[in-house]
Amino acid sequence: MSEGEPQIVVKGLDMGYGSFILMRDLNFTVNRGDIFIIMGGSGCGKSTLMKILIGLKKPLRGQVFYGDVSFWEADPDEQERIMRRFGVLYQSGALFSSLTLAENVALPLEQYTDMSKSQIRSMVSLKLALVGLAGFEEFYPSEISGGMQKRAGLARAMALDPDILFFDEPSAGLDPVSARLLDDLILELRASLGTTFVVVTHELASIFAIGNNSVYLDVDSRTMTASGDPKKLLAESSDPKVRNFLTRGGENAHGQAQVKPS
Amino acid sequence: MESGDKPLTGAGLSLARGNEGSLVIHIAGNWERGQVLPNPEETLQAIESASPRALGFDASGLAGWDSNLLTFLIKIKEWCTTKNVECVDTDLPDGVRRLLALASAVPERKGARRESRRESFFVTVGGKAQQFVVSAGEVFDFLGEAFVSIIRFLGGRASFRRVDLLLFLQETGAQALPIVSLISMLVGLILAFVGAIQLKTFGAQIYVADLVGIAMVRVMGAIMTGIIVAGRTGAAYAAQLGTMQVNEEIDALKTLGVSPMEFLVLPRMVALALMMPLLCVYADVMGILGGLIVGVVMLDLNPVVYLNETKAALSLTNVWIGLFHSAVFGVIVALSGCLRGIQCGRSASAVGYATTSAVVTSIVSIIVATALITILCNVLGI
Repeated sequence: MSEGEPQIVVKGLDMGYGSFILMRDLNFTVNRGDIFIIMGGSGCGKSTLMKILIGLKKPLRGQVFYGDVSFWEADPDEQERIMRRFGVLYQSGALFSSLTLAENVALPLEQYTDMSKSQIRSMVSLKLALVGLAGFEEFYPSEISGGMQKRAGLARAMALDPDILFFDEPSAGLDPVSARLLDDLILELRASLGTTFVVVTHELASIFAIGNNSVYLDVDSRTMTASGDPKKLLAESSDPKVRNFLTRGGENAHGQAQVKPS
Repeated sequence: MESGDKPLTGAGLSLARGNEGSLVIHIAGNWERGQVLPNPEETLQAIESASPRALGFDASGLAGWDSNLLTFLIKIKEWCTTKNVECVDTDLPDGVRRLLALASAVPERKGARRESRRESFFVTVGGKAQQFVVSAGEVFDFLGEAFVSIIRFLGGRASFRRVDLLLFLQETGAQALPIVSLISMLVGLILAFVGAIQLKTFGAQIYVADLVGIAMVRVMGAIMTGIIVAGRTGAAYAAQLGTMQVNEEIDALKTLGVSPMEFLVLPRMVALALMMPLLCVYADVMGILGGLIVGVVMLDLNPVVYLNETKAALSLTNVWIGLFHSAVFGVIVALSGCLRGIQCGRSASAVGYATTSAVVTSIVSIIVATALITILCNVLGI
């Protein structure tokens, strides 16, 4: 499992609801160790694409390969095995409100490992400490702030040391400093554990700070119009819509880019 | 990092004396989930018995690691801090060191950790009593506000959407008909059965009609519809308002200057108060029909004779009493559903609690109200 080899390959994917096609003919590859950004305007199907990748929604057509296995054609046991390697951070944390933070993080550990109670306890403390929530074990989700809920959600997503972490709008609802800390945490986890990240976001600062691969979904043409390193896209892309997105509409409005890659 | 992919080589750990009374911990092999990992407590005991002045690490033989290595190292570092032993972690892999630093980067917030305290009996009782007074206050507050909004409604000054009212009328009225038919017909059947067995021994089968008619119309029809509506509509109201509370919709109404009481509670209350008596009349008819079925099939009574007997037994007073019951129940169900919904906390489990509590409150109040009305009727001689 070396860095750089393809981990998720999407081929000819069409997605939509019933007869309504949201996006057609998506083809892209996420490599091991990538921080892969799914970007696009509101309503372009970013979250739907993530739902398909994590196995919550069946695509209309096309395949999603994890390694050599086509996820949507595999049998349920195989799907289950693949899904076990994911961690998912939902938009608002999606913590179980009747459980404390410690119980939230411990749930996957109790479910899928044979760790002893004390091992689980120290693992839970470690994960909460990593996201900066040391000492908040006995709090209920309703007793902490939104940003803390999001970080606790991340601790739960990381509980099983997943190969791939999916983030749905990680910085939505966070103040700039917290968002920046979350970005740093993502970079740190990638560097030390080699985790692959798939991040749905339209936060430009985040995109340029962490992303090294991306796909841009265009609402009007209903397909992907660009892919690759977002910094390169900003420098080289000739597609006016992609440029417009990556410069916050700055080029069209003022004739020059307002946001520069950091 | 799937355990099935690799052979279980296990994690290696050994202690070796270094120079100047230091101890070097050799970490080797695979430190991943699913492997056989050393017990941290035993390792700490071994370290303790060597009483080193400093601790060092050698991770040159480390093949793979995940959070399990981190939790192990954190235990050792914690031990070092408490025993005041120097801990040199420069020889650990880069990633391990960075994550360890990250885990200790944000210090534990003071006072965040909670200790569970056992309260004495008197503290508990006192606390409950105070709570009771507060919640009783809330109930009266709510009742008062509801009363004011009804006055405004009767004066035509209440602000709510007429469409909402019509929708609630449809939901609580017409859409409840199937279940009300089923339940009240069965109750009529049961009453007739129970009565028939006794009355047959006197040859007085015909009085089954009186029994079923009076019981259904005077009280059973109203109680049965009350209980059905409490489970069906009261629970729904509590869940709707509770979810709106969770989504901050009720806050939004307040900031827009719209009274949640008039906008949300009033139409629900009016709808139930109007629909309950109608449902009750319908339930009475279905109950009598149930009795008729037993009378005709089991007791060989003529349907016309049965209905005539029912007509003779029933006075208009009975019907009015039944309707009064049901109107009271309608208000009770609407109020307890809405009250619990508005009181709801801001989490998923709170919505569940609100719903349960709404149904329990309505059913208990319905039974208590029935008892009160029955005693009143008795005293007044009606």
